[in-house]
Amino acid sequence: MKILKRQYIILAMLLFAIFFPLLTQNEYLVHVMTLSFIWMIGVYGLNLLAGYTGYLSLAHAGFFAIGAYSLGLLTVKTQMNFWAAFVLALVITSVIGFLVGLIALRTKEHFFAIYTLCVGYIIYLVIDKWDSLTEGVRGLIGIPAPGNIGPISFQTPLSQYYLVLSILLLSVLVMYRIIHSLTGRTYIAIRNSEELAQTIGISTIKNKLAAFVLSTFFAGLSGALYASFIRFIGPDIGHTVITFDLLTYLLVGGIGTLSGPIVGTVLVVWISQQLQFLQDYRMLIFGPVLTLLVIFYPRGIVGAIASWNNKRAGRTKQLALKDTQKDDRFASSEIAPENQVKEG
Amino acid sequence: MFLETRNLTKRFGGLTAVNNVDFSIEQGKINAIIGPNGAGKSTFFNLMSGFHSPSSGKVFFKGQDITSLPSNKIAKLGIARTFQTTNLFEQSTVLDNVIVGHRLRTKSTLIDAIFRTPRLKHEEEQCREKAMEVIEFAGLKKVEDKLVGSLTQEEKKRTAFALALATDPEIVFLDEPAAGVNPEETEGLAELMEKMVQNSITVCLIEHKMRMIMKLADKIMVLNYGEKIAEGTPEEIRNNPTVIKAYLGGSASA
Repeated sequence: MKILKRQYIILAMLLFAIFFPLLTQNEYLVHVMTLSFIWMIGVYGLNLLAGYTGYLSLAHAGFFAIGAYSLGLLTVKTQMNFWAAFVLALVITSVIGFLVGLIALRTKEHFFAIYTLCVGYIIYLVIDKWDSLTEGVRGLIGIPAPGNIGPISFQTPLSQYYLVLSILLLSVLVMYRIIHSLTGRTYIAIRNSEELAQTIGISTIKNKLAAFVLSTFFAGLSGALYASFIRFIGPDIGHTVITFDLLTYLLVGGIGTLSGPIVGTVLVVWISQQLQFLQDYRMLIFGPVLTLLVIFYPRGIVGAIASWNNKRAGRTKQLALKDTQKDDRFASSEIAPENQVKEG
Repeated sequence: MFLETRNLTKRFGGLTAVNNVDFSIEQGKINAIIGPNGAGKSTFFNLMSGFHSPSSGKVFFKGQDITSLPSNKIAKLGIARTFQTTNLFEQSTVLDNVIVGHRLRTKSTLIDAIFRTPRLKHEEEQCREKAMEVIEFAGLKKVEDKLVGSLTQEEKKRTAFALALATDPEIVFLDEPAAGVNPEETEGLAELMEKMVQNSITVCLIEHKMRMIMKLADKIMVLNYGEKIAEGTPEEIRNNPTVIKAYLGGSASA
């Protein structure tokens, strides 16, 4: 019953996303939505590491900027083919992620957060000050839109919307598969207790590093898409403010949940659009709301709904379990990882 | 020798927590380590399971020197352990907690996960079957779909046992398995340990509950201030004057 319902929700969301540009003739809204999709990809990256592996990285705006600048510099300064530059940008981000991860993952908890916060800020400073390479505060202008794939061109906002949407869906699929695999279980075990994970034979260093690199990969992917969509980038995109934006989306939606990044990003972006007239005073609303949310719903909106559902399901299940025995068992254990994901 | 330590020593700064301990674990038996609080039992455990590396001395498992191996590699050799605090994931079900225990016997990687390869599917099935098997073994069948957070202390201990057993161990180290459970439940856990030995899994435990240890253990080692003061059968330990002195203090004449 519950699973069926969830499928309908996913289908509805998918259809909405596909027909959204046709429903609204407002180009600005399509622009905002495309940008939200781009952020979501970055938030998914952060979620894999902070939500599922238990390492809160505050360097993700830095990796976002590395992805964006790699693409920007390769296309603007070396005139490289767009998609070659795109792939190379992801490789560059992942390699830097690997090197940072090697050192950063020697720390834990608060120390890890502080260390990565510093790394993120250093990345920002490098971009800001290295004039000869990055053009510093002037920023990078004239980044090309995504190149054609065969006969399909991505010059119009509408085509870019669908390109970003497909990449987002692919990212979600990859995330879903990782989380629902033995690898995902391994990450969750590390988040739960690193000591225990080690004693059951998990190489925590290897797994943490893989999660970290993958996480920066998605941040870089998000950044590269951003650069090609906005066509202009400045050092500000690497600022810690962006990290905390990503983190806000994640916390509101639900850290360690699969649909949290989507829910959180759409909601926060949409609300800030509505509150645009308040300018920076918006923060007076966001601050307290976020604080309350973290206190009362530490796993965000999705987490709150999931635990509410679980409670209700638990009650009906107890009754149902009494007379269904062997046959149902397999089905119910099939659902279990889903619950774990929603729960955790 | 199955598992043995030679001159095992661990110093934390000026404190010698474990001093020059020679100990051997007998295969297929219940081995116990006892001693007053702060005697170095847990540290000794941590040394044997690779959680700390010793200041000096060596640990051998089936003739292989495992002194400097990290704990995840030691687990792969067939050595499992539990903690005093169970460390389980409370918001998840018993089954979900235990499934990952067999992960170390599987090979699938991130790539397998992304492409959902047949190998991954096969190994997931394998982990699930193993989990079901050890859950059954640990007597948790009824609660396998319950969240760990809602279990009794005894059931949590059993879940921790099951998780350790899912790694396919030859020996299991249990750190105070009966701490915080009532006498009847302690009885149940003791039976589970005996069942493990019957299934040719060697058990080594730390425990404070003397009555349980004396009844359960085949072999006991007593630590005091980091040093081994006695080793032998429960009968020998019970009548050992040094042990009595360590526990009761002063000069004992027994």
